[in-house]
Amino acid sequence: MDLIVFYLFATLAVIAALGVVALRNPVHAALCLAVVFISLAALYVLLSAPFVAAAQVMIYAGAILILFVFVIMLLSPGVDQGAGALKWQRPLAAVFGLALAVELILVLASAVLPAARGQYTPERLAQIGDVQAIGALLFTDFLLPFEITSLLLLVAMVGVIVLAKKRVRS
Amino acid sequence: MSLSVPDLNLRIVVPALIVSITALVVLLGELVTPAARKRWLGYTSLIGLLIAVGATFGLWDAHATAFGGMIAADNFGLFLTLVILLGALLSVLLSVDFLRAHQVEHGEYYMLVLSAVVGMIVMATATDLIVIFLGLELLSLPLYILAAFKREDGPSLEAGLKYFLLGAFSSAFFLYGIAFVFGATGATNLTKIAAAIAKNPSGDLLLVGAGLLLVGFAFKVALVPFHWWTPDVYAGAPTAVTAFMSVAVKAAAFGAFFRAFFVALPGLAMDWRALVALIAVLTMTLGNVAALLQSNIKRMLAYSSIAHAGYILVALVAMGAQGSSSALFYLLAYTLTNLGAFGAVIALSDGARERLEIGDYAGAAQKQPFAAAALTICLLSLAGFPPFAGFVGKFLIFSAAVETGWAWLAVIGVLNSLVSVYFYLRPVVQMYMTEAQPGWDGSATLTTRIAPLVALALAIAVVGVLALGLFPTPAIALATGGFVR
Amino acid sequence: MIPLNFYLILAAALFCIGLFGALARRNAIGILIGIELMLNAVNINLVAFWRYIKPAGATMDLAGQIFALFVITLAAAEAAIGLALVIAIYRSRDTVNVEDVNLMKW
Repeated sequence: MDLIVFYLFATLAVIAALGVVALRNPVHAALCLAVVFISLAALYVLLSAPFVAAAQVMIYAGAILILFVFVIMLLSPGVDQGAGALKWQRPLAAVFGLALAVELILVLASAVLPAARGQYTPERLAQIGDVQAIGALLFTDFLLPFEITSLLLLVAMVGVIVLAKKRVRS
Repeated sequence: MSLSVPDLNLRIVVPALIVSITALVVLLGELVTPAARKRWLGYTSLIGLLIAVGATFGLWDAHATAFGGMIAADNFGLFLTLVILLGALLSVLLSVDFLRAHQVEHGEYYMLVLSAVVGMIVMATATDLIVIFLGLELLSLPLYILAAFKREDGPSLEAGLKYFLLGAFSSAFFLYGIAFVFGATGATNLTKIAAAIAKNPSGDLLLVGAGLLLVGFAFKVALVPFHWWTPDVYAGAPTAVTAFMSVAVKAAAFGAFFRAFFVALPGLAMDWRALVALIAVLTMTLGNVAALLQSNIKRMLAYSSIAHAGYILVALVAMGAQGSSSALFYLLAYTLTNLGAFGAVIALSDGARERLEIGDYAGAAQKQPFAAAALTICLLSLAGFPPFAGFVGKFLIFSAAVETGWAWLAVIGVLNSLVSVYFYLRPVVQMYMTEAQPGWDGSATLTTRIAPLVALALAIAVVGVLALGLFPTPAIALATGGFVR
Repeated sequence: MIPLNFYLILAAALFCIGLFGALARRNAIGILIGIELMLNAVNINLVAFWRYIKPAGATMDLAGQIFALFVITLAAAEAAIGLALVIAIYRSRDTVNVEDVNLMKW
């Protein structure tokens, strides 16, 4: 059963991802990206990480993607014509992508992976409560990265205002 | 549910904390500062940075970790913190009048510089891959914006966008590498990674992870073949920003680079040493050869920064205490020298009109002897002439390489330094041996007065370059600090 | 249970598709979308590793999941800044094609 779900969403994710890079119309590409995000969220549920799945849907599909679509609509950059592109760019990109893919997949297919199944059975996770455990860790063991992230978000906010605000000439 | 907070040991992060608070003060100050007094925000930043310098010295020899081993105050990290703070101090000195001249005097500038400094300090002192990564992002995001800070200026925006796309692209590689290392060892803490590798030294996942980490670092410090964004970004960004990122990013990123490879991955040294040596050769050679062909001084300094990253990489190959201490000294020398050079470029500009073509420097020595002399000293130091700081730095790195059996690498480094003399001397020849031409605005060139803060920054840089060159011993002693493990 | 390899191979495939997208597009938004795909691939890796491997220490170790959350946060910040840059460029010259802003000048 698990395997069927995995195959379903994995195939969906890969096909949609190919759509993202292949489709010329940016709006279509963005919609494919939504499919990728949601398929991955399903896989996170399968991995018994429901909180990451929720965050994936809310932040990636809900916030980031909307931002993309919004900017695409706002600027309406039009269809990305392959013609007039640098001639070598697409083939070269394909070579790089394929080379890395072949290498990674060969390594990963043959790699000796840790046999342990991890310490978390779904039952154990249900017991401690996924969200609660993550929240507790963010304020204890991961306090430093958490605080750094807060500064990071502040910088992003200030930066976006600096870049996009209409400046009042004084 | 009770939370047990690990030993925070806040004392260890005081320098970063002071700079963060200063950043917030500047951000709030921007709201209440009238347009005519924006330079006070620059002064505030300087005060905050100076206090942070004091706090860093106060932590010297602390040799402790904080936040459950995620960040450390060891002398390696503290030395880099000092280098970063010094770079930021000089950059702010250069920026105050630069921003006014270019009509982009906004308080957010200083806030972004200070946030980047926090990210750099975090990156240089972090002992956990998650924190290293977040530090990297915290230093990168402000720099993307700073590169595009002259919003009305095409090249500046282009530089910002290019830097952003390449930065985000390289972050993805870096992250993918971290994910594999985490998968192979079950840890993100550098010491625990080393322990896991010692227990189980082989593993394809680990090699893939280390390789991707190398690619990520290579993008950040601009190593061949991941260097090609550098000239465009350095040339397009506002000069004061270029000055800051050319030195401080290198200090922070090389700090994490060295720490990750010396503390976490020494068990794989057999695998990465030869590869890194090859990258060092390519980086030095390509940087210097390409710099020969440039006529724009910012592009020339960009390629020169690529070459210098190659020299520092030689220290990584040498490994050991000598490798790390020579790299630390080199980063300090490079920071002072490069900021001096960019400072002189700013000093020799005419208000908002910058003189960027090397031909524009004709006869500068007669009109502005002080700035011309400063530029000459800094360029000679970059080329590695004694008795300047650059010479001592190169000497330390190359002797570390020779003593660890990488003599051929040192020979290639020395040959490269010889090549570099040619392009570093070209502006000097222009300034001293050529008659002044009328400038592009039709008036006689180079008559504006140097702003006092720029003059101060130049003086600090030149004195530093001379002091490190003539009396290197105290700085070398400071640089010998090791890592917390 | 699904073998770990399956997840890793899926992640590798997505990463490489994203890489191709980032390299092949000339439109800044397209490149950014490719990068988002790459970040998503990393997240699959992190969560899958968290689920399958034995952590080296710590009693309650959710490091992989929490790291994935940091990556998501970062992706949001990056997207915001990237799109702000795109808007700023569009305002100043009416194009979002990277070709027009010379990304490929070597």
